[in-house]
Amino acid sequence: MPVKLILRGKEYEVKPGMTLRHSLLKIEVNPVSVLATRQGELITEEEILQEGDVIKLVAVVSGGGILEGGE
Amino acid sequence: MKCRKCDHKAVINMRQHKLALCKEHYLEWIPEQTQRFIEKYHMFGKSDRVLVAVSGGKDSLSLWDILSRLGYQVDGLYIGLGIDEGIGYSAESQRLAEQFAAQHALKLHVVSIPDRYGETIPAMAGRTLRGHDKPCAVCGMSKRHIMNRAAREGGYDVLVTGHNLDDEAAVLFANTMNWLPGYLVRQWPVLEANRPGLVRKAKPLCRLYEREMAAYALLREIEYIYDECPYSIGSKSLYYKEILDRMEADRPGAKLSFYLTFLQAKENGLFAPGADVEAESIHTCPSCGQPTSAPGFCAFCRTVIKPDQLELIHVH
Repeated sequence: MPVKLILRGKEYEVKPGMTLRHSLLKIEVNPVSVLATRQGELITEEEILQEGDVIKLVAVVSGGGILEGGE
Repeated sequence: MKCRKCDHKAVINMRQHKLALCKEHYLEWIPEQTQRFIEKYHMFGKSDRVLVAVSGGKDSLSLWDILSRLGYQVDGLYIGLGIDEGIGYSAESQRLAEQFAAQHALKLHVVSIPDRYGETIPAMAGRTLRGHDKPCAVCGMSKRHIMNRAAREGGYDVLVTGHNLDDEAAVLFANTMNWLPGYLVRQWPVLEANRPGLVRKAKPLCRLYEREMAAYALLREIEYIYDECPYSIGSKSLYYKEILDRMEADRPGAKLSFYLTFLQAKENGLFAPGADVEAESIHTCPSCGQPTSAPGFCAFCRTVIKPDQLELIHVH
């Protein structure tokens, strides 16, 4: 059973047994740009993902608006 | 992975600090760090009245939470922009800001741009040269104007915003890429009220990563607006953040180092104050009394007030 990763409503599947960091790189998501929760608990990038895990990814950048400066 | 401070499981590993922490210690560490930066940059003290600009996003709500946990006298200011775009963006942001204030028994001031000035930000921007493509410039200018005015009129000692390290690094990157000396000279964790009509501004989260703030909001169970502003999609600020994140992934600490070495260079006198030519010519807007870089009405008054009304103000 694969590991499911969900980011902004989009679902990805990876093989179990890899770290979260490795799994994110596999689906081409920059690990520094997200946080991951499993069953509502925040997990680190070093966590090894198990068969059937459902990982909800939270994009770090949210809200928006321009920044004060030249842009 | 274990917490550095206890045997519990870590919930976050901050590679840039080589520091992994459990929930309990992380929720202590963030306010401790914020307090350290407030003191280091002489931002404000416990006797000061602080106004925090809240957008309903994770940074500003978390900042409000942290400052109230630290025992500061801090009220909130929410500015309604009238952005809907089919998702009720402003309405939801305001609901979340009001919900947070009610849950924590904190005082929130609400200024609605459509109610006060008769137009939403997108409508206002649509009839101006600077905003006809995208309302972001008019939005930023309006927010800066209203924040300053609300802090002045409310008698606050300092206005604080939730700008985090990623925001500061992205601005620094943009201003360096475009060689904008005036902005580089002004960028600092505190903006002194060194012109008549300006309030003091501070950014207590300027050395905390955006990722750290998102983790804080999640762990504190702060409900915040998750969707990006519909107008920020494709913006240069997000583009610069993505580039910096790629560097950060390859070299943990790259963003922090970029920002801190800039601050250090400024302290060592690398940027001459004379580079900020705007600071040399400050005038007072005859309509609102706020400072402006050119003689006559400020950009905000030129945008919100109809030409015939501007004429009346000018005559009287």
